Amino acid sequence: MSDNVQKTPLHAAHIAANAKMGAFAGYDMPLYYPLGVMKEHEWTRTHCGLFDVSHMGQALIEGENVGVFLERLTPSAFQTLKQNAARYTVLTNAEGGIIDDLIITRLSENKYFMVLNAGCKEKDIAWIKQSLPANIQFTPLPEKALVAIQGPQAEQVIRESCGIDLSVLGYMKLTEAVIEGETVFISRLGYTGEDGFEISVSDKKAETVWNKLAAHSAAQPVGLAARDSLRLEMGYCLYSHDIDETTSPVEADLTWTFRKNNFEFIGCERIKRELAEGAKRKRVGFRLLEKGVAREHCKVQDVNGRKVGEITSGGFSPTLQMGLGQIYVEAPASTVGTKINILVRDKLVAAEVAAMPFLQPKTKTTVKAA
Amino acid sequence: MTVKYTKDHEWIDTTSGKTGITDYARDALGDLVFLDLPKAGRILKRKEYYAVVESVKAASEIYAPVAGEIVAVNDNLANSLDDLKEDLDKGWIVQLKIADAGDLNDLMDKAAYDAYLRTLG
Repeated sequence: MSDNVQKTPLHAAHIAANAKMGAFAGYDMPLYYPLGVMKEHEWTRTHCGLFDVSHMGQALIEGENVGVFLERLTPSAFQTLKQNAARYTVLTNAEGGIIDDLIITRLSENKYFMVLNAGCKEKDIAWIKQSLPANIQFTPLPEKALVAIQGPQAEQVIRESCGIDLSVLGYMKLTEAVIEGETVFISRLGYTGEDGFEISVSDKKAETVWNKLAAHSAAQPVGLAARDSLRLEMGYCLYSHDIDETTSPVEADLTWTFRKNNFEFIGCERIKRELAEGAKRKRVGFRLLEKGVAREHCKVQDVNGRKVGEITSGGFSPTLQMGLGQIYVEAPASTVGTKINILVRDKLVAAEVAAMPFLQPKTKTTVKAA
Repeated sequence: MTVKYTKDHEWIDTTSGKTGITDYARDALGDLVFLDLPKAGRILKRKEYYAVVESVKAASEIYAPVAGEIVAVNDNLANSLDDLKEDLDKGWIVQLKIADAGDLNDLMDKAAYDAYLRTLG
């Protein structure tokens, strides 16, 4: 391993748990544990999975009218966001492409908390700093770890292992709580489609908190491989695969994140044009109609053999026991039910455009639009 | 009957020409979800891939340990992936009519393969 590979504060815990480690976004991360990807996936859907997502970036942004600045950076509503509410959004570049997708939570009138993708955090921080108004303070929090607790027993695991009752915390809401003498942020959200939480805790206390949670009989550490298959079943985007600096949020089918008023922000010209005229290509789901697995970069053809797109992420769904994933296709081929063929190695595999999510989310309440 | 091995973790029964992947390879692949099998009659070059095994993690190609014609395919495996292991009765993937028995001399015997595995840690 080269010297510049980073470790999260939970690295030693993963090694102790005999995790298979691998490089991800510059970090040495657990890919899977001895339980194996399939069982970790199933365990998360039926019990409770623990995920180390400390490689993700965390930051605070505060100052008078900071909501106005956030609405300059993103197409979503932040001035009207309720206190302690979290919102999924995207940072857009001048061309209307996506710099990153992220969650921003309003902590108070003029203070927000954001969680950024590990592979994007450096450029995000640079991007935000370069356009930062003088009255706004932006503070990355590299000393914070992040632990995701996901699955139908997540609330129970936190109650029984940390003594914290989160039963009244709503979906996409944040609360402060005290664990091990430290005030932490707990948000009811995640990237698996299950009910679940993310705990932002100091790197010093992270391992203690992790071990407390992991000691619960319903909890099982889960690696990045199952994190990927879990999010894939939900049709969630993985940055640099399903979205990147060339894809717009209209193409990526993320218009549900858009605010209704004051739709002026960096890169909005292309996005407004695509809203009015329609985007040329669109991110949609696919499912294979035959056995097999079709992965990223496989070419997609219409039934006449003409290339209409490409897979951006694909894999096998342990829950549905079929190959599925996400593709970008030309607009005419994006209707659910459209029959397509996918070139897997040297074979054409029959597939169809499918609605996402592939599974009904089991989050505590449904997401309300802005 | 003698079984020989490659560094890519394939085994071949030198008598019958049945070939498959070793238990080491099987364990490294993790949870298998799909096996893409070839059709009988295909002529394979040495080290040409003839099947693909998909696990949750990745797709892995399986190579011919020696050149030859595929004379039989173990189609049962597609529906019982647990049988894909170092097992001459159930775990073979294809049976090869070995083109040149001399190719077998380049492969490892069981003792040499076990020693090779130890170098992998």
